[in-house]
Amino acid sequence: MTYDIVFVAASALAIASALGVVLSVNPFYSALSLIMHLVSLATMYLLLQADFLAAAQVIVYAGAVMIMFLFVIAYLGNRADEPTRDIPLWQLGAAVVAGAAVVIEIVVAVASQAFGPGKTVTDQFGNPSLVANSFFSRYLLGFEATSILLLVAAVGAVVLGSKRPSPRVDQPDDFPAPRPQPELELQAAVMGAETAFPVHHMPRKDEDGG
Amino acid sequence: MHIGVEYFVSVSAIVFGIGMFGVFTRRSPLILLLSVELMLNSCNLTLIAFSRYWGDQSGQVFALIVMGIAASEVVVGLGLVVAVARRKADLDVDRLTALRH
Repeated sequence: MTYDIVFVAASALAIASALGVVLSVNPFYSALSLIMHLVSLATMYLLLQADFLAAAQVIVYAGAVMIMFLFVIAYLGNRADEPTRDIPLWQLGAAVVAGAAVVIEIVVAVASQAFGPGKTVTDQFGNPSLVANSFFSRYLLGFEATSILLLVAAVGAVVLGSKRPSPRVDQPDDFPAPRPQPELELQAAVMGAETAFPVHHMPRKDEDGG
Repeated sequence: MHIGVEYFVSVSAIVFGIGMFGVFTRRSPLILLLSVELMLNSCNLTLIAFSRYWGDQSGQVFALIVMGIAASEVVVGLGLVVAVARRKADLDVDRLTALRH
């Protein structure tokens, strides 16, 4: 009985917060709804005896990935907001039809099958050591492929994040103009230099002393 | 009532549909990434539900791999969003067409 109550509560929360992700105007609320969604999914994993995955879900997803999302949303500020153009009505309708079609299809397909109660498993099912046993023996190749993928993604993120935007080869004028450096110009003005004087040739204070 | 695997799969289908709706209608690349996360997580729920149904750990291993893939996807996606934002371009997926050709 407790199982049923927890399942109904967790699934209702999961669906409601999924709707919150999709329908929120503010991206910050979307990310917070996704955290709620992930936690309620972790509850359902616990109901399915996937203890290790529930812990990993909360730590890796709700902990690490979503914090990164929130950092990026905070970094972008109001530029992260949704563009204010209206969605064409046909696109909205097509999206509703496509989503509903998938849902109805799967629900009908599942409901037409007679699933039994499932195999009885021991309490050990889903604990970290058993998952690790099959992960590191039978599915070792998948483990290695995942680690290589994570490495490639990390390298890609560093490349994307650290490189200054380079000018486009075909459109050099597309490159944004370098920002003026107010400190140096102010320094030049204070020292009585002419404005046409190239600022970067001015002697620095620590250079003319020695 | 007995909560069998079909209930879990139905919830996962509903969440997948919601995520799909989000991918089709939203324009901000950040919300698009969040919607893709919804879809990936619903697939994880299906994998784990059937893993419990068959009494086999393999589904849980696959779910772990999906988590790794989702993390990589978020990292690269957010890197792209930040790179686009740095070039002062519009954060609108309908206007970000420079890579189309």
